Amino acid sequence: MTDSQRQMTGAEMVVQALKDHGVEHLFGYPGGAVLPIYDALFQQEDVRHILVRHEQGAGHAAEGYARSTGKPGVMLVTSGPGATNAVTPLQDALMDSIPLVCITGQVPTTLIGSDAFQECDTVGITRPCTKHNWLVKSVADLPRILHEAFYVATSGRPGPVVVDIPKDVQFATGTYTPPAPTDAHKTYQPKRSPEIERIRAAIELMAAAKRPILYTGGGVINSGPQASQLLRELVSLTGFPITSTLMGLGAYPASGDNWLGMLGMHGTYEANMAMHDCDLMVCIGARFDDRITGRLDAFSPGSRKIHIDIDPSSINKTVHVDLPIIGDVGAVLADIVGAWRQMAGDAKPARLADWWRQIALWRGRNCLNYKPNADVIMPQYAVQRLYELTRDRETYITTEVGQHQMWAAQFYGFEEPNRWMTSGGLGTMGYGLPAALGVQIAHPDALVVDIAGDASVLMTMQEMSAAVQHDAPIKIFILNNQYMGMVRQWQQLLHGNRLSNSYTEALPDFVKLAEAYGCVGLRCQKPGDLDDAIQEMIDVRRPVLFDCRVANLANCFPMIPSGKAHNEILLPDEATDEAVATAIDAKGRALV
Amino acid sequence: MNQPLQPPASAYFITEEKEPSETRTLAVLVDNEPGVLARVIGLFSGRGYNIESLTVSETEHEKHLSRITIVTSGAPHIFGQIKSQLERIVPVHRVVDLTLTARAHGQDGAIERELAIVKVAGKGEQRLEALRLADAFKAEVVDATTEHFIFQITGRVSKIDQFIAIVAPLGLVEICRTGVAALTRGKDGM
Repeated sequence: MTDSQRQMTGAEMVVQALKDHGVEHLFGYPGGAVLPIYDALFQQEDVRHILVRHEQGAGHAAEGYARSTGKPGVMLVTSGPGATNAVTPLQDALMDSIPLVCITGQVPTTLIGSDAFQECDTVGITRPCTKHNWLVKSVADLPRILHEAFYVATSGRPGPVVVDIPKDVQFATGTYTPPAPTDAHKTYQPKRSPEIERIRAAIELMAAAKRPILYTGGGVINSGPQASQLLRELVSLTGFPITSTLMGLGAYPASGDNWLGMLGMHGTYEANMAMHDCDLMVCIGARFDDRITGRLDAFSPGSRKIHIDIDPSSINKTVHVDLPIIGDVGAVLADIVGAWRQMAGDAKPARLADWWRQIALWRGRNCLNYKPNADVIMPQYAVQRLYELTRDRETYITTEVGQHQMWAAQFYGFEEPNRWMTSGGLGTMGYGLPAALGVQIAHPDALVVDIAGDASVLMTMQEMSAAVQHDAPIKIFILNNQYMGMVRQWQQLLHGNRLSNSYTEALPDFVKLAEAYGCVGLRCQKPGDLDDAIQEMIDVRRPVLFDCRVANLANCFPMIPSGKAHNEILLPDEATDEAVATAIDAKGRALV
Repeated sequence: MNQPLQPPASAYFITEEKEPSETRTLAVLVDNEPGVLARVIGLFSGRGYNIESLTVSETEHEKHLSRITIVTSGAPHIFGQIKSQLERIVPVHRVVDLTLTARAHGQDGAIERELAIVKVAGKGEQRLEALRLADAFKAEVVDATTEHFIFQITGRVSKIDQFIAIVAPLGLVEICRTGVAALTRGKDGM
């Protein structure tokens, strides 16, 4: 790049920086304060802009893009309402550690603070929902800040950042400096490699454990495919059983011998019982979320705990651990696997035999069992059939939030990382449809299915229009029970079956809605017709809204009821109306 | 461990904090850039940590560094969390728990000092009594008329609290305090 080539406007710098950071797609919505950047985008072909229908959709699409590729997602929105609409995906990305670079337009610097048209204090509003944010007051600072933004979003524990660029800075001309690969950040330098003494201490604990369990999370996925590979190696070397949080599904294959299924509030009986009774818990890239631990004072009372995390603030936040190891999951697992090989060789220790016998008993409870029905589609059955008919393809699954999300996690078997996109920490209804759009843009030839609920999907339904525009053949598989099912389930458990506002009285006709958007609408009401209908959905190369009418009152089990410990989990065969009604005593009502 | 609270029903595990509260003084070295104080304060309010006292000023002009001194209180287990959360803020260089550092060296605490300026208005014997007290506390008169004094007093927080309590009935008008400035004892920096 010659000196004269490096002279450019702020808007051109934004596009140049995107190219220099390898960005191929960004998601956004134009408006007054970002028009110069949209003009610069118009005059080039390297970076493709995906126009959405609402800024929240841009954010979730960028999240889906990021989660399925391992690259940062990028979104571009205007000032004021554009920025405030981005807040939900920013917080979502913060809680699920998704690298997301959000560029917002701002009113000209001279108007900041004057309550100008479409002005808001973007850095003030987004400060608590980003890893870091910047208001760029001079074009001279812009290149440095743009490079820093990508660095902060993708380093350490990934997360969202906002770069707020006033319109006069976008118009101003300055000198662009390309990113320098060796640039060490002056303050933000997350520790990646663990201390060797900690690795030794971990090996000692692991070699002596009689009832160990690996409890893994989204950190394994974030660390990259190599980390998942090392995790699989560690499981086969040690013979330890393994469970995962919602965010970590796919790091270890669901078909693997040592897989116990997901843990937590709607996790499997065997996973939760093993967590409760273990003598050594190795937490890898997870954060002891309250949906995982249940009641803290009864959480795995007899175990020593090792916690591997890149973020020191995750250590001892809610659960005291005996051996924290700060570092990148991939780097830590490489050291542990290496040390284990040196110490123990490849032999699977026979001392775990009793533990596996116990686990086999728990597995024998068949906790995901449900009563099949010949006339009505059970939601679990729908997910199972979807899994069977899509498992041999390159399939990516996104979800909304609620019962359908838990059934997807329980009944869809994930074999690979980065194939499962869901809103875990924030629990954002409306995440799955735009996330599917983002995934499809990143993987145009893959099958991308949003397992949705009828309530969630209406929150971001407008992005079907974006899917049609960008030829993204996403499949929206709606488990339609006409209720906010998880809300209703909690009302049944907690609030005397008073179903306050959880029944959606006037749902749209999803088939007609699909047609109105220019998509394909399919409806299925009978279990016998389901396979053919799913096959039709897969075969059509266009976006599909699939209205799968399921049993209206099915509930999601197993469930750890409020105020109970892991070993007090409620199983479906025990979940009679009476058991549900008495599962939570008065004291427990505060807890859920 | 804490016992759960009674209903009203909630979606979360709610416990009553029963650990005794203690006080710590933290020194936070940050880049002196717009919004950095808001990030620190926002972290405290957003995560429900307490601020008893807060002092901020640029301390190294050439390096654009500011030093924030925060006196915080809470259950002992929370301080490690506060430190880690502060260290996550991008423009934060270092965080040192001065109280913990002092304890590690067998000391009671760090050197902690505060400055207050105190306006007292009155006439006659009351005014003289205020002046005598000021003298006893080594407070300096920085402004005066026949009807008032402004005293400047420095020292430990407890000394300033005591002085203010004593002059209160003698026509105390208003007080301004700087908050705590703190350094560790000995030759080493933070």
